[in-house]
Amino acid sequence: MTTDLGGSLLKLRDIRKSFGKLEVLKGIDLDVAAGEVVSIIGASGSGKSTFLRTINAIEPADSGTMAFDDKTFDFDSTSGQHPSERDLQALRSRIGMVFQSYNLWPHKTVLENVTHAPVRILGKSRAEATEMAEGLLDRIGLYDKRHTSPQRLSGGQQQRVAIARALAMTPRLMLFDEVTSALDPELVHEVLMLMASLAADGMTMLLVTHEMSFARDVSSRVLFFEDGVIGEQGPPGKMLRDPQSPRLRQFLHSILHDDLSQAKAGGLV
Amino acid sequence: MQALANDISVYGPGFLTAAWTVLWLTVLTIVLSWVFGLAAALGQRSDLTSVRGAAAFYIWFIRGTPALIQIFIVYFGMPQLGVRMSPYMAGVLALGINSGAYVAEIVRSGLQAIPKGQTESSLALGFSRAETMRTIILPQVVRIILPAVTNEALSTLKNTSLLSTITVVELTLYAQTLISATFRPFDFYIAVALIYLALTTLLTQLAAFFERRFARLY
Repeated sequence: MTTDLGGSLLKLRDIRKSFGKLEVLKGIDLDVAAGEVVSIIGASGSGKSTFLRTINAIEPADSGTMAFDDKTFDFDSTSGQHPSERDLQALRSRIGMVFQSYNLWPHKTVLENVTHAPVRILGKSRAEATEMAEGLLDRIGLYDKRHTSPQRLSGGQQQRVAIARALAMTPRLMLFDEVTSALDPELVHEVLMLMASLAADGMTMLLVTHEMSFARDVSSRVLFFEDGVIGEQGPPGKMLRDPQSPRLRQFLHSILHDDLSQAKAGGLV
Repeated sequence: MQALANDISVYGPGFLTAAWTVLWLTVLTIVLSWVFGLAAALGQRSDLTSVRGAAAFYIWFIRGTPALIQIFIVYFGMPQLGVRMSPYMAGVLALGINSGAYVAEIVRSGLQAIPKGQTESSLALGFSRAETMRTIILPQVVRIILPAVTNEALSTLKNTSLLSTITVVELTLYAQTLISATFRPFDFYIAVALIYLALTTLLTQLAAFFERRFARLY
């Protein structure tokens, strides 16, 4: 089905998702234009990660509609038009996703991690896929590590490879699910730098993050998730400086306070 | 010394043939046990309750009953239902079904050891569940379960001696035949034990070779 998205790359309407009796997403509407960088913040359990996972349908929504690029997906169980597994696979292949725990494949080399999907899903020749992968690994500064096991890399290096693996599919949208949360503090920077350079290149990005300074400096919009709905949204400067709802104010206070005590402990203040 | 050389030249070829029988019975049984084992292990993760139930029943029944009784059911029991098989075929089938249940448990534990993120990152790139299982999960599982699979292969090899009870002329039955003719049980049972030992050692070495090869991939 072809749809006019009115300039949006991604258009979500009334997305809902439950696990058993627990309703995690309670009707999310969101339009994302091409080139936008949207940061999603909120307390744990507010549905941020689940939301990202419904977008590439690793956890398909229970109801609602989603339009991505030129395809529309209707998740309403009543209409009987549930998207097929094949449709969802095609969707996932065009959306890149990076996880908190990297999830590189330990039985493949760094290079093979990046070429596996382009060869087997896009049907690229090995030579073509390798050339592209080497270019990506060069960009993230890990060309020399291409024949080693990902397990020999630091967390930050692994996460950069995971980003390269997603980019190798030339996605139109990238999803980042707390990608720096598992990293040692000194490794966070290299991953954020790579993400910032992607944003500068015009990649459309949705990221769940606790890095407030990154959300403020790089994103074009911030969403505050609150009990499975978008509680507040707006440009990052305004959102973070002048929060409207008491919940957001409280959330920001707890996070910034955290940052402050860390900075104090590190002798920075 | 003279006597030993004489024994070897007289009984050696027969033992060699019997050892060869043990070897091919073992190989066929192992192949069959992997088919049953993989099917049962994946069946236990099926979305269909009936498939899960069948897999669970198979593993429960086989692990809870003696291998010898399973062999008797296949070789002596099945003909009553009109299914007749040669002792060799019945033997391989029974042992394959038996070992498959243990292989299923080994594979299940291997699958559980792979973090969920491995599957998710593959699905997120657009791979199907089947392709993810084949190219991402199972290669990692194989490496983890290799030691346990080796143990199971050793058991399978030794269990072929049970087939002596259904007239399969493998090492044990061959030795028993010689013993009833020569009245030298000590000599021949020791000889049989040494041949089993040689075969299991061969198998262990083969497994060690594969373990080294897989280790190098990481």
